[in-house]
Amino acid sequence: MVSGRSGKPAQSPDLAKVSLQRDGDQLVVGLAGTWQISAHLPGTTAVEAALDGPPAPAGIEFDSVGIEGWDSTVVTFLMGVEDAADKRSIPVDHAGLPDGVRRLVELARAVPERGTRTEEPKGSPLARIGRQGLKVYDGAVGELEFLGEAARAFNAFLRGKARYRKSDLRLLIQQAGADALGIASLVSLLFGLILAFVGAVQLQQFGAAIYVADLVGVGMVRDMAAFMTAIIVAGRSGAAYAAQIGTMRVTEEIDALRTTGISPMEFLVVPRVMALVLMMPLLTVYADLMGILGGYLVGVGILDLTPRAYIQQTMNAVNMTHFFPGVIKGTIYGLLVALAGCKQGMAAGNSASAVGDAATRAVVNGVVAIIVACGVAQVISYVFGI
Amino acid sequence: MIDTTDASAPPIDQISVRNLTMAYGDFVVMRDLNFDVSPGEVFVIMGGSGCGKSTLMRHLLGMIEPATGEIFYGGESFTAASRAIRASYLRRFGVLFQGGALWSSMTLAENIALPLEEYTGLGVAEIRDVASLKLALVGLRGFEDYYPSEISGGMRKRAGLARAMALDPEILFVDEPSAGLDPISSRLLDDLILELRESLGTTFVVVTHELASIFAIASKAIFLDTVTRTATAIGPPAELRDHSQDPAVRSFLRRGEEEHE
Repeated sequence: MVSGRSGKPAQSPDLAKVSLQRDGDQLVVGLAGTWQISAHLPGTTAVEAALDGPPAPAGIEFDSVGIEGWDSTVVTFLMGVEDAADKRSIPVDHAGLPDGVRRLVELARAVPERGTRTEEPKGSPLARIGRQGLKVYDGAVGELEFLGEAARAFNAFLRGKARYRKSDLRLLIQQAGADALGIASLVSLLFGLILAFVGAVQLQQFGAAIYVADLVGVGMVRDMAAFMTAIIVAGRSGAAYAAQIGTMRVTEEIDALRTTGISPMEFLVVPRVMALVLMMPLLTVYADLMGILGGYLVGVGILDLTPRAYIQQTMNAVNMTHFFPGVIKGTIYGLLVALAGCKQGMAAGNSASAVGDAATRAVVNGVVAIIVACGVAQVISYVFGI
Repeated sequence: MIDTTDASAPPIDQISVRNLTMAYGDFVVMRDLNFDVSPGEVFVIMGGSGCGKSTLMRHLLGMIEPATGEIFYGGESFTAASRAIRASYLRRFGVLFQGGALWSSMTLAENIALPLEEYTGLGVAEIRDVASLKLALVGLRGFEDYYPSEISGGMRKRAGLARAMALDPEILFVDEPSAGLDPISSRLLDDLILELRESLGTTFVVVTHELASIFAIASKAIFLDTVTRTATAIGPPAELRDHSQDPAVRSFLRRGEEEHE
C-alpha cells in the first residue's frame, strides 16, 4: 500500500524497536530498526504506561534517527500512540519523524470522522430485554405480514388471476420432485433398514421377528417417510428458495417486478409453494415404498423371514388410516418448508453474506416447523384416536 | 409503437413533490423537499454518495412511504392513492435499476415480453416483434435469446433500458446510469437517453453523481446536501455551477476544485 520505504531493507533487517526516554517534561519515543508489515509490530502498551506516568509527560516527541526502513506498519503504531495521547490530551510533535511518515500520519488524521456507525446502545439489562422484546414483536409482525400477503396471492391463484409463468412452475416441480428422487430413495431405504434393525433387536427376544414388518410398514407410512422427506426437501428446496429470492433482492430483480406492477408473491412465492405442495405427497408415497423395501431387505436377508410372509404381514398391518395421515402430513410439511424458504428470501438483507444467512435460517426454520407440526399431529391423532 | 395509455387517463403533465421528508425509522435522510418536473425534461437528482438520491427515487415510485409530505403526478396525489390507482401509474412508468435488474431466469426477449404480456392484449408473435424492436433501439439486435448472465454489464444495462421502455412509458426513472460502465458505454447510454427524450418525448428522472453525465443530459438538476439534509439548489446544472449561492453546490459541480475568477 505504502511505497515510502527509505532505502532497501538490510540483508538481515533488525526488528522494529521502540525506546522511551525522558527529555525534561517531554517523552521521547525512539524508533529504530526496520518496520515491515511481514515482521513484528510493537504494541503501544509501554508508551501508554509512560504516558500515565508518574510524572505524566507534557508532550510527546519522536526520534527516528535509528530507523532503517519502514512501511505503513510504522504509521499504524504511530496512530496508536496518537490515539493514546489524544485520550490524555497530551500534545504530539511530529517534527522528529521522517518526512514521508509525517505526511502519512497527517493524511490519516486529516480524514474527517463521519459516518461512524452508531453502535447499539448497551443500556441497562431492563432496556436490553425491552429491545429484545420489540425485536421479537417486529419479527412476529413481519411473519404475519408475509402470511397475509401469501394468503392474498393464493386467493388470486385459486381464482386463476395470479401472475406467474407456467414454465417456471414446471421447472420448479421438476427440481422439487423428480430431481429429489435419488436422495429420497437413499435416505428412506436406509431409514427403513435402520427401523428394521432397531425393531429386530427387541422383537427377536420374544420370537416375534415377523412384527418387524408391522413396525417398518406402519412407522414409515404413518410418519417417518413424510418426516424424512420433508427434512431432505428443507435442505434442498427450502435453502434454494431462500437463496434464489434473496439474490433477486440483492440484484433489485424483486424491485423491478414491483415497479412492473407484478406481485413478487404471485410471481415467485406461489409457484414455489405450489411445487412443494404438489410434489411432497408424491415424494412421501415414494418414500413409503422405499422404506418398506429397506425393512424387507433386513427381514428377508437377515431375519430369515420368507418374502411372502413379510409382504403379507406388511399388507395386513398397513391400511388407509395410516396412509392418508402420512400423505397429508407430507403435504403440510411441504407447505411449511416452502413458506419458510420464501419468507427468508424475501426478508434477506442486501449482501452476499445476508443471502447465506437467509438460506441457513430457511433450513433451520423449516426443520423446526416440521418437528413442531409433527408433534402437533401426534397429539391430534392421539386425542381423536386416528 | 403501441399506445399503452388508457384513453381515459390524461397524460401526466407534471411531477410535483411537496414538503417531502424521507426517513428510515428515526433517522431522517432528507427533509422538506419541494420541486416540480415538467414533461419532456431530463431531471437529475444529484448529490454525494449516501445522501439519499436513490431513496428519493424509490419514494417517487412508491416503493418507500414518505415520513411526511406528498408526491403528485399530474395534480393527483400519488401518496394518498389506493393500491389500484398506484398500479395504474406504475404501468405508465419505466424504471432502469442500477445493475439493469434483468430477471435472470428469463432471456432478454422474455424480460421485455413480461410487462407487455401483463398490460397489453398483444399476441405472442407481436410481443416478440416489439421485444426485438426495443432491443434493436438499444443496439442489441439479435440478442433476444441470450440470458442476462451471458452478456456484459453495459449490455445488461442497455437491455434493462429496453425493458423499461417496453410500454413506451411517459416517465422513465434511471438509477445511476454510469455506475460500473466504462466512459464510452456511459456516454452511449447518455446519448440514448437524450435520443429517447427527443423522439418519444419521454420525461426522465435520473439519479447520478457523474458530472459528465449531469452536464450532458440534465435540463434541470436538484442537489441533495448531505450536511444540511435537504435540497440546497435546483436548476440547470451549468447555471448552478457558475451562479449557485451555495459553495457546496459549486464545489460539487467542479469536482471540488477551486473556482477561478
